[in-house]
Amino acid sequence: MKRRDFLKACMICGAATTLGVSKKAWGAGSFEGYPEGMGVLVDLTRCVGCRSCEAACNKEQKLPEPDAPFNDQSVFEDKRRPTEKAYTVVNRYETKKENGAAGGPVYRKIQCNHCNEPACLTSCFVNAYTKTKEGAVIYNPKICVGCRNCMIACPFNVPGYSYSSAFNPVVKKCIFCYDTRLKNGKPPACVEICPQEVLTFGHRKDLLKIGHERIRETPDRYVDHIYGEREVGGTSWLYLSGTPFEQVGFDTTMGNEPIISNVKEFLGTVPMVLAIWPALFTGFHLLANRKQEHGEQGHDHAKKEDGKQ
Amino acid sequence: MYAVRNWLTGGVLMMALIAAPAAGRASSTPDSIKLDSLEQLYENVKFNHKKHIMLVKDCEQCHHHTTGTLVQDKNCVRCHKNSGATAVVSCRGCHAAQTFTAAALREKNKNNYHMDKLSLKGAYHQGCMGCHSKSGGPTGCQDCHALKKTGEALYNAGGNAPKHAGNAGKHGGH
Repeated sequence: MKRRDFLKACMICGAATTLGVSKKAWGAGSFEGYPEGMGVLVDLTRCVGCRSCEAACNKEQKLPEPDAPFNDQSVFEDKRRPTEKAYTVVNRYETKKENGAAGGPVYRKIQCNHCNEPACLTSCFVNAYTKTKEGAVIYNPKICVGCRNCMIACPFNVPGYSYSSAFNPVVKKCIFCYDTRLKNGKPPACVEICPQEVLTFGHRKDLLKIGHERIRETPDRYVDHIYGEREVGGTSWLYLSGTPFEQVGFDTTMGNEPIISNVKEFLGTVPMVLAIWPALFTGFHLLANRKQEHGEQGHDHAKKEDGKQ
Repeated sequence: MYAVRNWLTGGVLMMALIAAPAAGRASSTPDSIKLDSLEQLYENVKFNHKKHIMLVKDCEQCHHHTTGTLVQDKNCVRCHKNSGATAVVSCRGCHAAQTFTAAALREKNKNNYHMDKLSLKGAYHQGCMGCHSKSGGPTGCQDCHALKKTGEALYNAGGNAPKHAGNAGKHGGH
């Protein structure tokens, strides 16, 4: 999108938001995802850190050549996050042997969690994001203006940014292989390649059943919680872990309210401010000016009289 | 002509009868199994079944309730306490190669039990790696899976290793 187009759109949007925002914000109650929405259950107790998912993602999404081969384990020395060159990364956490926990390395795959009520979508003022009925949160790079609001809004720090592009930088993130696979009923590339079946693909509602069933059958193996079942309003990607979630890089302080709930009351006041304030203050201004004019007239009158004298 | 054919049929039948017990044993307990479902990316894995029988002894550890002694796993015992040997024993007889296709998911939802059954690849890896990591067997990817050219391309490894970074330090003199 060109700068001129963007500014033009801004002008139009400015006017449109006056009417539009309140409906959208107040309309978002507790949406629990589309009934046929798909998801992936990630079982951290199964992951061995082979990084095959990273390799498959790279090829499927035609991402640039990585800095190191995908079978190079030395990358685990750093904690990585998704970038424009890698929509998914695996991090390693060393855990201690205590309270029945097995200890040793725990690997955690990170990618977009495809929220039921995505904060990125809420924050995007050009409406580049879409939550599809299959559960994927996708975006249109042709609409994206590269403002990076979504990067700030995302509670999971997921969207990457094409800093390498000088002229048309846009946001880049996992799209659940929507274009090439998900919309055709196929699992994403990472799921298909995973040797340990860490990743289970299915309908989100079935995955929740499966997840709780695994916990029930082998309670010693798991923490009794599915991360993403309710966090920030629920996510399409769900996690099971054998070690407390906060010890393997998960933010467990976010609560279960969707991010939009934090801002919708404020956003509800925006149109009021935009619509009522101008009229209100114009009124004040006119009232104040009328008095002033009287005063000035009186003053002028007095001046004139002075002049005459 | 007929006589020859009868003789042949009889001969074949006789052979079959003699060979049957041996063949039965041989087909249920192969000495070596070629695992080739990932051959697009990796060289085939030659699984030495005989050696594993000698090491593990207990068939149930890998084959659940389908062969050998009765099943021990407390979750399986709930239903399969007295389940004897089944006709299908091989891994791929129950664990399908594709479990996440739309058709497979529809089928999966029909079952009340075994909803969470692993794919063939998942069953192999969790079975092998689960035991190897406890008993000190090989656990590295390439300990079992030698990469083919296609595999190297996927992992950007070997001949397809990234050239711009990483290797730069190794050619310090240039």
